[in-house]
Amino acid sequence: MDGSVEDWLPSATIETLRERARLLGEVRRFFHARDVLEVETPVLGHGGSTEVQLDSLSTEATTPGGRERLWLQTSPEFHMKRLLAAGSGPIFQLARAFRDGEIGTRHNIEFTLLEWYRPGWALESLIDETEALIRTLLPGAGPRRLSRYRELFRDTLGVDPFTTALTTLQRLAAERSGAPMEDTDRDGCLDLLMSLVIEPQLGRDGIEVVIDYPPSQAALARHGVDAEGERVAARFEVYADGLELANGYDELIDAAEQAARFAEDSRERARLGRPAVESDRRLVAALAAGMPEGSGVALGIDRLIQLALGRASVAEVMAFTTPRC
Amino acid sequence: MASYSTNEFKAGLKVMLDGDPCNIVENEFVKPGKGQAFNRVKLRNLMTGRVWERTFKSGESIEGADVLELDMEYLFNDGEMWHFMKTDGSFEQYAADKKAVGDTEKWLKEQVVYTVTLWNDNPIAVTPPNFIDLEVAQTDPGVKGDTANGGSKPATLSTGAVVRVPLFINEGEKLKVDTRKGEYVGRA
Repeated sequence: MDGSVEDWLPSATIETLRERARLLGEVRRFFHARDVLEVETPVLGHGGSTEVQLDSLSTEATTPGGRERLWLQTSPEFHMKRLLAAGSGPIFQLARAFRDGEIGTRHNIEFTLLEWYRPGWALESLIDETEALIRTLLPGAGPRRLSRYRELFRDTLGVDPFTTALTTLQRLAAERSGAPMEDTDRDGCLDLLMSLVIEPQLGRDGIEVVIDYPPSQAALARHGVDAEGERVAARFEVYADGLELANGYDELIDAAEQAARFAEDSRERARLGRPAVESDRRLVAALAAGMPEGSGVALGIDRLIQLALGRASVAEVMAFTTPRC
Repeated sequence: MASYSTNEFKAGLKVMLDGDPCNIVENEFVKPGKGQAFNRVKLRNLMTGRVWERTFKSGESIEGADVLELDMEYLFNDGEMWHFMKTDGSFEQYAADKKAVGDTEKWLKEQVVYTVTLWNDNPIAVTPPNFIDLEVAQTDPGVKGDTANGGSKPATLSTGAVVRVPLFINEGEKLKVDTRKGEYVGRA
């Protein structure tokens, strides 16, 4: 056990937890008013996330099928998509999610995601709704600004994330971080530059929406083409006050493509020596049966509450962070 | 020496970086959504005292530094080196050079216990206790009603340190001093 028994105390004050409960009530009212159904899906699943950069937790359970390994979900996405395929219509959830190793002022291994899906909606409409939800909790936030991923890199760093040579990106990432980057791939370099250089400036005077991501950075999104003819993913991210709040996709609904991306992720995990994760065959089956086109978004509600209450870390708005659990 | 992975990084951990022993001051986990994770780390170089900011890929390991912080009593200065003795009853002695003693020189008093930082068994830093009792070696007599200097005056202590003291303090008095701020706290 890390820490001492003195850590029995909560990470948040009781007053903050009251505020948190009030804000969660506002979130629920927001969706009820829009006829979005609240759902609860399992924290455990036979499949987990194969995302290369996510580490999953798992447990074992005795089920009618015998002793089975079950994965703690890194987001409620797979189960919620299965509900969509089963005809649920628009749904939202305040779900517990688990990502191993993620602890810091902005992260906790166990955290709460607000995730919702809008069948039949284009990404632009969901961006508007995400902004409206955020403004419900941050009524004082400044205007919205829409930025393209590649323009942020061009303006801030003078490089193009799609076309600049990998060696140039590696050199830039090494300069900015002080760490060797020769063996880091394009997405790794872009992630580092995004985190260290660009992100702290995003949403400084309002709500900033970033769109047109490289396809490699959106495993579950549909792909399209931007104004410059570059293949981009139909993904958006929302930032406020330098904090990444939400990540939305025009959801991939092609079962074969989904299965191929799972397989590709698994190969990449193996290549990098990361532990294998069972992919979700039932999600692929649900897509094959037919999931309606539409958009979905996941929002880190702990971070939004942190901003709404003017706190310095997610720990200050959580009853007990993982080190205290 | 063991090596440490970024997920073991925490304030106070001693590691090697660019050939120098460092103390981790701060470790911040940075990760864009589903992107690659990094740790932004602030480290104090124990040789120079300078704070470095470095980024590591999460999961990366670096070598630990064989650094110990031990309580030692200050014995004497031989003109070149300052000699300290462990307080664990072993009577084991260590000699620290000018670089290791640094600014602490002005707080060194015989029989007082200091924290001596050893790297590979060699003293690299000496830290004074937060509060220390020292005698006033020299100070001008205070003039009543002189408030031009905020009612204080400089006093040179027996170890050479100069602190500002209230006007009523006289030579030969023992004072309690905060070594971190170099400030007078009160009469000892």
